[in-house]
Amino acid sequence: MSSETGKILTTDGIPLEESLKQAEKKNKIKAFLLVAPLLLFLIITYMIPIGDMFSRSIDDKMVTNMLPKTYKAMENWDGKELPPEEVFEAFYLDYKILVKNKTAGKLQTQLNYEKNGFKSVLKKLARKQKKFEEGNYKEQIMKVHKRWRNVEYWRAIKRRAPSYTYSKYLKGIDMYSNEDGKIVQVSEDRRIHRILWIRTVEVAFFVTLFCFLMAYPIAHLLETLPMKYSNLLMICVLLPFWTSLLVRTASWMILLQQQGIVNDFFVWTGLVADDNRPEMMYNKTGTYVAMTQILLPFMVLPLYSVMKTISPSLMRAGKSLGATPAVAFFKVYFPLTIPGIGAGCLLVFILAIGYYITPALVGGASGTLISNQIAYHMKSTLDWSFASAMGLMLLTGVLAIYWIYNKLVGVDNIKLG
Amino acid sequence: MSKKADFVKFDKVDKSYDGKVLVVKDLNLDIEEGEFVTMLGPSGSGKTTCLMMLAGFETPTNGEIFLDNNPISNIPPHKRGIGMVFQNYALFPHMTVFENLAFPLKVRKMSQEDIEKKVDKALSMVSLGGFANRMPGQLSGGQQQRVAVARALVFDPSVVLMDEPLGALDKNLRESMQYEIKHIHESIGVTVVYVTHDQGEALTMSNRIAVFNDGKVQQLSSPDKLYEEPVNSFVAEFIGENNTFGGEVSEISNGTCKVKLEKGEIIANPISVKSVGEKTTVSIRPERALINPKDKMDNNQKGKIEEVIYHGDHTRVRLNLLGNSEFILKVPNSSQNLDIKLGNEINIGWNSHDARALDPK
Repeated sequence: MSSETGKILTTDGIPLEESLKQAEKKNKIKAFLLVAPLLLFLIITYMIPIGDMFSRSIDDKMVTNMLPKTYKAMENWDGKELPPEEVFEAFYLDYKILVKNKTAGKLQTQLNYEKNGFKSVLKKLARKQKKFEEGNYKEQIMKVHKRWRNVEYWRAIKRRAPSYTYSKYLKGIDMYSNEDGKIVQVSEDRRIHRILWIRTVEVAFFVTLFCFLMAYPIAHLLETLPMKYSNLLMICVLLPFWTSLLVRTASWMILLQQQGIVNDFFVWTGLVADDNRPEMMYNKTGTYVAMTQILLPFMVLPLYSVMKTISPSLMRAGKSLGATPAVAFFKVYFPLTIPGIGAGCLLVFILAIGYYITPALVGGASGTLISNQIAYHMKSTLDWSFASAMGLMLLTGVLAIYWIYNKLVGVDNIKLG
Repeated sequence: MSKKADFVKFDKVDKSYDGKVLVVKDLNLDIEEGEFVTMLGPSGSGKTTCLMMLAGFETPTNGEIFLDNNPISNIPPHKRGIGMVFQNYALFPHMTVFENLAFPLKVRKMSQEDIEKKVDKALSMVSLGGFANRMPGQLSGGQQQRVAVARALVFDPSVVLMDEPLGALDKNLRESMQYEIKHIHESIGVTVVYVTHDQGEALTMSNRIAVFNDGKVQQLSSPDKLYEEPVNSFVAEFIGENNTFGGEVSEISNGTCKVKLEKGEIIANPISVKSVGEKTTVSIRPERALINPKDKMDNNQKGKIEEVIYHGDHTRVRLNLLGNSEFILKVPNSSQNLDIKLGNEINIGWNSHDARALDPK
């Protein structure tokens, strides 16, 4: 060993660290090559779509690209008074091309989002601009409609200048930036998203709670029953996994509808009157019932796998030391199942918060969740950037829950099996 | 203070799990206050079942167990006040050593001050003074074991049950723990019922040993009596090493009997044979048979050496004697002048008193 450097040398005189690195280099390369396909797969199927979603959600190039000259001319305009002649001229030239290409409609819609009443003045301008003479476009445009003399409209155009925007995210929480650039709430009758977010979290929370309350005894039973019966019970728990989600949801529809089996049973037992059958579907009740049943295995399995590792002699030890069965359970058994509870709750909550098919089919109006809204924008309004923004907000929410959970319980304590 | 001779009493206890097979048959067992009794037996002999019935985790199918003259079959485990050390210690992994020991005191609603005093005392008893704040997972097997013992004793139970507590330890640690548990027992005078399948452990630690087989106590006596005077061939076979001859009683008189073997005849001590013509198994401890005995012994036979195995402090010699090719001798390594070589014929002698004629196998 050389005492000067303090480094340990191998018998050949190479520093030990270097020698070790070289010796392990081959293994490291091999190991990397083995995981490389998976890594590539993850990047292609996971990272890239999320990145694409993100760029789509903040993308606002459409207006920017439609009015290139205008925005160039607007660079020197401070927005306090009406813009100078060059801006009018640039706008006229840009708009002329759009009208010629028959794409002016898009601009009209987009600018109308920004300022109400823009559509009609733009349409009028489209008709009148054909007779425009060269020079002094400011006068000519202002003559078309008096709103062109209002600086607000020009400011609205300028606000759309940046090619990126966070307005979709604001829209997702029922807010928008108004004419003055301030972020304000939308009027009360239009705040639909916030209700959906709250309802989603609420449904996910209660579904998790119901799953926990039902799964804990099931998992405990699974663990204590003799092999013969526990296998049968395990199959019953796993059976839902083997049937299609759609079939399961459809069967709940058959069970829960007003003329359905459950209601028939209630009437038969005299619990409710025949003409007063409760509605258990197309509302939150239906969502709760169906989602709890579908997500139950995700709670049972982590709980079961943790309970299986708890030695039965621990409960016996507790009892022999003088604890009543209840005390032994809460002081000894229950704390040891917390890693399973954490894993199960996290799993069920995260799955529930993004659930789609079940609430779509049995949820009705009061039972739909944020994912249904996302799907609606994907399929019906084709506002993909808004759908992307909401999807990312959901993802961020899930990550936040994960982070909080890590802070409170510690992810290392999760046991899935 | 007079000690109760039947502090723990099993009275005609039967136990069956499936209604077809009895795992414990007509068990009658009295344990004195302050005694260290070991239940020894092969696995499946019913010894652990007995312990579990005493602890309250199993109920007797028939009969009754008394603790200090009170029947306890209907008392749930947590009200019996019996300490228990489990096979794998069963320490609560989510609690510190202190919390583990404090658990039985807390459920008894003791004051924090008393709890601390008692836990300290119990920990120092097992010489783990500085370990109160460790988690069980941070302790070695031997240390966990001691915590388990301390926890079973901390609430001053009248009886402590130990279910193969040393089974998971390595040989050296096991031996030192045996002495430690024995010393703890001696110093605090608690009644201990100990279950093991390790006869060495049983012989080292116990006041009395109950040998279990087939759901029955075969013999209940002190370690030395058990070894020297087994009452039947199972006990003779199970405890220590044993040379056996199967034969038939041909003569019986004055505390000795002659047993006719296939080849030859030996003089034995009739323990469980009463009359001529009975079948019997004669059992002789290896160390009771001597090579070229100087004293006059009433059995003298010639045997041929078939195997010699060096064991450090002694040498094991396997002989073919009177048609038994599994006859074992233990020769201390000080007697080097003996002619122990493979194939040699040597003289073997033993006293008829040490050849016990027991029930046939």
